[in-house]
Amino acid sequence: MRWLIHLFPLPALVIYTLFVVYPIFSAFLYSLYDWNGIKRGVFVGLQNFITLFTVEPFNEMFWNAFRHNVFYFVVEMIVQNGIAFGLAFLIYRKIRGSGFLKIAYFMPRLLSVIVIGFLWKLILNPNYGALNSILAKIGLEEWTRPWLGDPDTALLAIILINSWFGIGFAILIFLAGLQSIPEDLIEAARLDGATGLRMLWKMILPLCMPAITIMTIFTFIQAFEAFELVYAMQGSMGEPFYSTDTLAVYFYRMAFSSGAGDVTLGLGSALAVVLFFIVGSVSALSLYLMRKREVQH
Amino acid sequence: MKMTVGGRAVSYVLAYLFALLALYPIVLMISSSLKTNREIFASPLSLPKTFSLDTYKKLWEAVPFADFLWNSVFVSALSVLLITVFSAMAAFYLSRFSFTWTAGLYFFFIIGLMIPIKLGIVPLFLLMKNLGLLNSLWSLILIYTASGIPISVFILTGFFRTLPIELEEAARIDGCSHFQVFWRILLPLIRPALATVVIINFIHAWNDFFFPLIFIQEESLKTIPVGMMVLFGEYETDWSLLFAGLTLSALPMIIVFLLASRQFMEGLTAGAVK
Repeated sequence: MRWLIHLFPLPALVIYTLFVVYPIFSAFLYSLYDWNGIKRGVFVGLQNFITLFTVEPFNEMFWNAFRHNVFYFVVEMIVQNGIAFGLAFLIYRKIRGSGFLKIAYFMPRLLSVIVIGFLWKLILNPNYGALNSILAKIGLEEWTRPWLGDPDTALLAIILINSWFGIGFAILIFLAGLQSIPEDLIEAARLDGATGLRMLWKMILPLCMPAITIMTIFTFIQAFEAFELVYAMQGSMGEPFYSTDTLAVYFYRMAFSSGAGDVTLGLGSALAVVLFFIVGSVSALSLYLMRKREVQH
Repeated sequence: MKMTVGGRAVSYVLAYLFALLALYPIVLMISSSLKTNREIFASPLSLPKTFSLDTYKKLWEAVPFADFLWNSVFVSALSVLLITVFSAMAAFYLSRFSFTWTAGLYFFFIIGLMIPIKLGIVPLFLLMKNLGLLNSLWSLILIYTASGIPISVFILTGFFRTLPIELEEAARIDGCSHFQVFWRILLPLIRPALATVVIINFIHAWNDFFFPLIFIQEESLKTIPVGMMVLFGEYETDWSLLFAGLTLSALPMIIVFLLASRQFMEGLTAGAVK
């Protein structure tokens, strides 16, 4: 009965292969065909990729959405992860009520993105929303605006809401990183005369690098897969005027709403493949670099 | 490290200000759900003047929340159960035996961590259609199980590897089979890692709305997030009803979290940073 052991990984392997690996693999194949609606057409090689990058309006749409994904990543790194590190550091330095604070910071992470999207849509409503009311009350009347209706502020508003959502999780990761620093290393540095910012910069940040790297990869993957919040708040067109469009929303549009014509399934698959390579190569590279650094230590 | 008195004061102000920023929208959501529409428009920020659950009564009539709740519980519970059992079995195999293919198999599971499964949605849709699973909760259960496996195998394999091999050898000398070693000796020891796996996958399955949006058309089969979406199309001007809908769909998760917040937060980070 020793062979029975080989049955152990089987259920996981079968389900995972069928519903994760196979669909992604098929998407690769689909991208090489000319798709007319439901039926697969002729083999066209890399034509879909060429179209995606050289034919209007597809190329413009692609780069427009790509820029937004990059912006998403940069703002999340600065706002969400920057603030999260600061708050994690405060908790690490033993602030009173840290149990309550952690729960409070984490609370938004529990809500479904659909709830968050609509909640903030109501808060940001130009006529009756709470944010404009608060601004008017504290004398910043001229700041009030239709935050989500204005192409200049809509994308930033969405990214900030996403940061609001994700900050609790980032704090937990950074806090875990900070708490894994051995006490005696900090003690030794202090005896050597390191204080305040110098200590933070020369000791704590470098020792937190694993947590920071993990969070950077998470943020990157999340920024390049950004879909739900945009869809919940601005629909599948990335309104207003595609100012909140992301690659995943653009992909959804091509795959499920034939707004861009009905020959877009192959093209959509090509976009999925490109997105897969962006996310896959960057996370593989950073994992490789992390592994390498660990070995050196 | 020592802080100056001024530095300490600034820290406290910042820390609690951000707590307010995190909680305020949620409090606003709940308090607005207890107001009338007129009250929301006239004074959006104040607390409700009178306590009334009228809106919730109206909501109960507008959407079949009990159905949504049951669907969410059923889908999440079954997905989490399948993920945990299957991943633990696979992780046991991968961490305790070394055949020529184990390293490769482990790698095959782990690539899933980097695959954005949403990108396979078109083939997945056609697959579900061919299997006759469109408009069935099983489509969701299968997808959540499949997409939860990579992270769970990763966490559990790492945890199994930290257990001393001697335990198992002793059990085998006593005549335990593979299955008995797995079930009676190792599983109880990895309980913290199992809790992590349960929590991560539960949050994901409970809150997801992308897959039900695409696979479920029938009203009575919707999970809470997609079910509530209906409100926002049909009752666009009834703000108190919208807030009540949001509150009701967030409430189950908030209650579970408040009951087990420590477990939640430890679970989410265990394994992320070593």
